[in-house]
Amino acid sequence: MAQVTLNKVRKVYPNGAEALEPSTFTIPDGELCVLVGPSGCGKSTMLRMVAGLEDVTEGEISIGDRVVNDIDPADRNIAMVFQNYALYPHMTVARNMGYGLKNRGMDKGQIAEKVREAAQMLNLTEFLDRKPSQLSGGQRQRVAMGRAIVREPDLFLFDEPLSNLDAKLRNQMRIEIRALQRRLGTTAMYVTHDQVEAMTMADRIIVLSNGHIEQIGTPAEIYSNPASTFVAAFMGAPPMNLLNAEAGQGRVTLPGGEIVPQAGVNGHAGAVTVGIRPEDVMPSPQGDLTFNVDIIEELGAQRLLHGQMAGQAFSVAVPKDQEAATGEMRLALKPGAVHLFDADEGRRLG
Amino acid sequence: MTDMTSDSRARSSRAKGLSTKFAVHAVLAGYTLIAIFPVILVVLNSFKNRRGIFTDPLGIPAGETFSMEGYATVLTEGDFLTYFSNSLIVTVSSLFLILLLGAMAAHALAEYRFRLNTFIGIYLILGIMVPIRLGTVAILELMVDLNLVNTLLALILVYTASGLPVAVFILTEFMRTLSRDIKDCARVDGLSEYRIFFEVVVPLIRPVLATVAVFSMIPIWNDLWFPLILASGDATKTVTLGVQQFIGQYTVNWSAVLASLSIAILPVLGLYALFSRQLIAGITSGAVKG
Repeated sequence: MAQVTLNKVRKVYPNGAEALEPSTFTIPDGELCVLVGPSGCGKSTMLRMVAGLEDVTEGEISIGDRVVNDIDPADRNIAMVFQNYALYPHMTVARNMGYGLKNRGMDKGQIAEKVREAAQMLNLTEFLDRKPSQLSGGQRQRVAMGRAIVREPDLFLFDEPLSNLDAKLRNQMRIEIRALQRRLGTTAMYVTHDQVEAMTMADRIIVLSNGHIEQIGTPAEIYSNPASTFVAAFMGAPPMNLLNAEAGQGRVTLPGGEIVPQAGVNGHAGAVTVGIRPEDVMPSPQGDLTFNVDIIEELGAQRLLHGQMAGQAFSVAVPKDQEAATGEMRLALKPGAVHLFDADEGRRLG
Repeated sequence: MTDMTSDSRARSSRAKGLSTKFAVHAVLAGYTLIAIFPVILVVLNSFKNRRGIFTDPLGIPAGETFSMEGYATVLTEGDFLTYFSNSLIVTVSSLFLILLLGAMAAHALAEYRFRLNTFIGIYLILGIMVPIRLGTVAILELMVDLNLVNTLLALILVYTASGLPVAVFILTEFMRTLSRDIKDCARVDGLSEYRIFFEVVVPLIRPVLATVAVFSMIPIWNDLWFPLILASGDATKTVTLGVQQFIGQYTVNWSAVLASLSIAILPVLGLYALFSRQLIAGITSGAVKG
């Protein structure tokens, strides 16, 4: 068990490209921390540096009390689960799971015991003598998990482990991985580009974009208090609506002249971006805002209304029992619905 | 209605599939016949006496034309057992070195990023374009200086050198397609770089190794040039060179020549059978997802 600390860790590739700006954070012992961001944002690089598969350009990485910058991956007491499972195709499931232990010089009986335990935990017992090619995607992913578990590492590293699975299996494995990590109480870092995975699995989310950390927080914090327009747009489905508006004289005005209620301006004047989540507005005849519905999307549990507000794209989510029709309607805001961002840099205001 | 049209379309496409199949097989059968005909001729005539070979070269050995005198000559005159073991030693050792060194070089080129990576890659592959025979004189001088003339080692070294470029080329291309994750996984599992190569990479590239082995094996086994120049002593003769003793300036002992050639086919056939299962897996590995 260990906490993970990154201190001003930076990665620059030999060609001069900066993959990761100096980043500092701590993952407390036993937490599952999700690194999320679009592809190329540096999340996998960060994970590979913690694993020791990528050199650290500057800064310090510690696992537990140990600075691990110059320690081989094998000696960091970590276990990693890869996107394409990375099972050894010429070995049986049992040998795949025990291979790391064998290389550590553990005796055969003990290895067999651990493999059997892990297999039981993952419902793999009947597959122990099969080769990976005889298993389904979900089973292969479980074997990869099993291989990580038997090592009893200080730290699990997951590199997009579910992105090769179909949607249904992904939902199921998500829950399994989460439950397993809770049960074992092992610290984990989990890389994904899927914000739903991030929201559902994480104790703590680190949102990355273009090699820098946009925000660190619990899923609830990230959702209700996004630190920037990037986080606001990236986290949540459907994404937050972002409208260009003008701040001044203590209020925020949309281009059409409508005033956005609830918006605290805090003395800021000039161009701002107003963020409103689709589920934070409701149709109401007394509402303050005008919304033109163009398209209605049926999602079963809810309806998504897509259209225009003040000439800009806007979406509203309404529960399934609420009637909706295309055309003009009035919208009222739920309390705390308005987020205000700097128009140039996208930073949160106030 | 739609059922009928789709049914007839299926039938016509099936018929088309059948005729294409037939054409393909006809072409392949024709090619096989042409390729195998000389071999059959050699084997047939090796069982005939001299008169039989010249009076009826295409006939089946029977009656008075049938004779084992060729084989008898081969097994009694000359030291064919030595020639065979020489050929086998040279071929197998060269193959082993080509595969080992080629795979290691390819692994390094595909796996590690270092300065001059591309340059070394091109340098290693350059040998494909330059026939090694152009360097015969220099090689002979080198072997004389090293005291390696009339040793099998000389042949093994030359064949290894000439086989490496193609091996490195094919293996590098294939190794680039191996997933990086599996090697990283092995690193996390605590394997040294050498063990990653031998225990993870080599099992994964077995089909390609077999392909390279077959491509490299035939020219080595059949070569006459280098044995003649570097190892023509009686103790180091290979089969192809040994056959030459039956080809005299004035008379050729055709029965013996054909008999020794027939025997010479067997070991390569055996080696091929050994590799072929892997070879077929290698050829189809792209088509059928494993």
